[in-house]
Amino acid sequence: MDTLWSPTKTGDPGGKWFLRVLALIAIAAPILNQGVPASSAFHLSAYGITLIGKYLCYGMLALAVDLIWGYCGILSLGHTAFFSLGGYAIGMYLMREIGPRGVYGDPVLPDFMVFLNWKSLPWFWYGFNHLPFALLMMVLAPGLLALVFGWFAFRSRVTGVYFSIITQALTYALMLAFFRNDMGFGGNNGFTDFKDILGFDLHSDLTRVVLLVITTVTLAGTYIACRTIVESRAGRVLHAIRDAESRTRFLGYPVESFKVWVFVFSAVIAGIAGALYVPQIGIINPGEFAPINSIEVVIWVAVGGRGTLYGAITGAVLVNYAKTYLTGAFPEIWLYALGAMFVLVTLFLPRGIIGLVQARVKR
Amino acid sequence: MIHPSQGGRWLLMLLFALGVVVPGNAQSPKDAAFLSTLGELRDASFPDKASIAERLSQGGHSSVRAVLTALLEDRLYYRNSDQKVFVAKAADADPLSLIDPLTLKSAGASPADGFTKIGTNNSLRHTLRMTVAHFSLSSPEVAVRLEAVHDMSESLDEETVSLLRKRLAVEASSRVRKAIDTALALAALDGPDGSARLSAIGTLADSVSQDVRNRLALMLDKSPDGSYVESDPKVRSAAASAVASIDRGRTFYSGIETLFFGLSLGSVLVLIAIGLAITFGVMGVINMAHGELMMLGAYTTYVVQTAMPGHIEISILVAIPAAFIVSGLMGVLMERTIIRHLYGRPLETLLATFGVSLLLQQLVRSIFTALNRSVITPEWMSGELKLNDALSITYNRLYIVIFTLIVFFVIMGVFKRTRLGLDIRAVSQNRAMAKAMGIRTEWVDAMTFGLGAGIAGVAGVALSQLTNVGPDLGQSYIIDSFMVVVFGGVGNLWGSLIGGMSMGVINKLLEPWVGAVLAKIFVLVALILFIQVRPRGLFPPRGRAAEDK
Repeated sequence: MDTLWSPTKTGDPGGKWFLRVLALIAIAAPILNQGVPASSAFHLSAYGITLIGKYLCYGMLALAVDLIWGYCGILSLGHTAFFSLGGYAIGMYLMREIGPRGVYGDPVLPDFMVFLNWKSLPWFWYGFNHLPFALLMMVLAPGLLALVFGWFAFRSRVTGVYFSIITQALTYALMLAFFRNDMGFGGNNGFTDFKDILGFDLHSDLTRVVLLVITTVTLAGTYIACRTIVESRAGRVLHAIRDAESRTRFLGYPVESFKVWVFVFSAVIAGIAGALYVPQIGIINPGEFAPINSIEVVIWVAVGGRGTLYGAITGAVLVNYAKTYLTGAFPEIWLYALGAMFVLVTLFLPRGIIGLVQARVKR
Repeated sequence: MIHPSQGGRWLLMLLFALGVVVPGNAQSPKDAAFLSTLGELRDASFPDKASIAERLSQGGHSSVRAVLTALLEDRLYYRNSDQKVFVAKAADADPLSLIDPLTLKSAGASPADGFTKIGTNNSLRHTLRMTVAHFSLSSPEVAVRLEAVHDMSESLDEETVSLLRKRLAVEASSRVRKAIDTALALAALDGPDGSARLSAIGTLADSVSQDVRNRLALMLDKSPDGSYVESDPKVRSAAASAVASIDRGRTFYSGIETLFFGLSLGSVLVLIAIGLAITFGVMGVINMAHGELMMLGAYTTYVVQTAMPGHIEISILVAIPAAFIVSGLMGVLMERTIIRHLYGRPLETLLATFGVSLLLQQLVRSIFTALNRSVITPEWMSGELKLNDALSITYNRLYIVIFTLIVFFVIMGVFKRTRLGLDIRAVSQNRAMAKAMGIRTEWVDAMTFGLGAGIAGVAGVALSQLTNVGPDLGQSYIIDSFMVVVFGGVGNLWGSLIGGMSMGVINKLLEPWVGAVLAKIFVLVALILFIQVRPRGLFPPRGRAAEDK
């Protein structure tokens, strides 16, 4: 697969541009929202802030998928499972934070538990009244699941499409499980009606702006981390695994360990993305686990340009912008457009939009 | 228990027989006599109606039973304009859908206000019930006689008992004899003679009917004053052991029923997985649009049915080849335009075919709207086959199991015995060599994919009988079916068969324990673990070709 990224000495010009854009968002968005009066044409509304935050969270999820698909050849069709687990972890904190302000006014139990006639908090809800604990779980839950799942899968050399199919089964099984009321995660409705985070009102503009800035900075951080990994010696091994797995194994590299660890790292990034997504969007429910969502993430990566990292993020933002626009303007067209995108990009744009741009720049 | 389908099929058969025997409207003298006797019902008093009914039944015309049943169920009307008597399909409907009493063929529908109902009263209904039962008891159809015995055993009195005794003396069918034995034994339980009760319990212990069990369990109860309902302790202990034995029998049969449910669920999975096994296994193509090809098949069934409204019974047989062609052509189109550019890149194929699945879904939504379409189940596929009192099997499930096996062996035959099958196997084993031997590999690719897609369409026809036909039809089964293929071993038809059936059975066995959703989760988790042990499924591909799959 010589069309994909290979280590070169040219540095990372695209990535630098991408980081500059992120910095611009982090500086301009607060000013346009807080500094510019609401009457001005340049004012950025709370809706706009949330929308940008949502796109950037999706971008981070796409980054996670690109890290393993673009650089290690592992196509996961279940990455929204990790995304949702991270989201649920932070959602549990936000639910506990509601406290006695729920509809039923129970000081400890979230509304849905009162509704289900539960008398006490299930054990796995302990500790979620502290944000640091929730943040720990945001990393641990997806990370451990990925570790166990990846260890089992890679150890017995489940690769290629087989791996894709069982990751799809994984997220499907989790979706079915989370739909059950007995699971203690709110069943169908999931979590919503959040009030505040660390005492700051989630509906105020200022909190939203701060969340957006946090998202932007985190995205930049994860991007740099991923870039560092793929350019390190370990990154070269991943690259080798993608292109010739057996040969890498014969050369004496522990292929399985490399795969497991990059998979876990990617799952953690997805979890963080989910955790940033939930407070901004204000809802998490089992629908997020749906296999189709995971497949959609893959197309973001493919559209942007697989194996470039910033391309994946660009793809996520562009496709989601198109989705927001088309589902609003022509709801009929959206699925046609998405379907056509899958077909056309795989057939004619194997390197995505970034590939097109790079070809132009080189010329 | 009354099974509407049996009556329905009986009517249908009669209808066919009459259609052959009595062409047109030529009336035999027997018909004329029947009609004139029937006409007398219009303004007779209730006691007179009873004697008219008696005369009708003695006349022995083939439609007597249907007409008397209609009278009993308040479905007999006469037309005010010409006093002609009609049977209605359902009482008190408006408009009434009419049936000619002579031929039992449909006579169109008319507004209800042009008709007058021929009324009955309690004592007439009692007489009628006896007449109909008597008449049914001597019917040449075993099923009708069985039903009559079952009806009668629900209201046993001296008259019915003596009727049943008389019938037992001449009855030839062992099933009917057994049913009569049971009914008579039930009657004997109320008798004063202790030893007669004991022997009756002996007869009943072989039964597996819920009603019999409840009746026997009643004997073990105490009446309010503390004494046992059944005074004889020997009879009581016999009844207790009979109840236990009936319970054992019922548990056994419910186990068989679960197994059958599992097999029928498994059949659906197999039907879907066969198509996948061809595209995935033989060609190495992950076809995410497989579910949507099934959906096309289901919609084809709907279209065929809409196009031939008068022939619902055979429309499904027309739909099978039609669906095969529609989905098959769509498959060939997909292969020629998209998939052939992506051979050797399975992950890209997966994404592109997923795009196709979205396109097809939206296409169907644009044409047929997002609402579910209802596909009518033909008469011969509805209802159930009653094997005994504890075990009945619904026809649609039974037919799907049979249909799956037929499709399976046909495909097996295509692979093993036809030129196309030989070519497909050659290309999948060694493409370059096959090409060197003069096989048109491109053509074989298109045909293979078309074959897999066509079978998806056929699976869609089967699914249209089980679930709602909507744009999402394909999605709900596709993950399960991929699991079957992975479980069974890629590219192995036997693997798909055994994998699908066992997944269906395991699912249904778990369901009563943990519920449907958890059962599914368990199966998925078990599969993920299973792949650890056997990454290439139950029947792994062998040989050189296996290496690069």
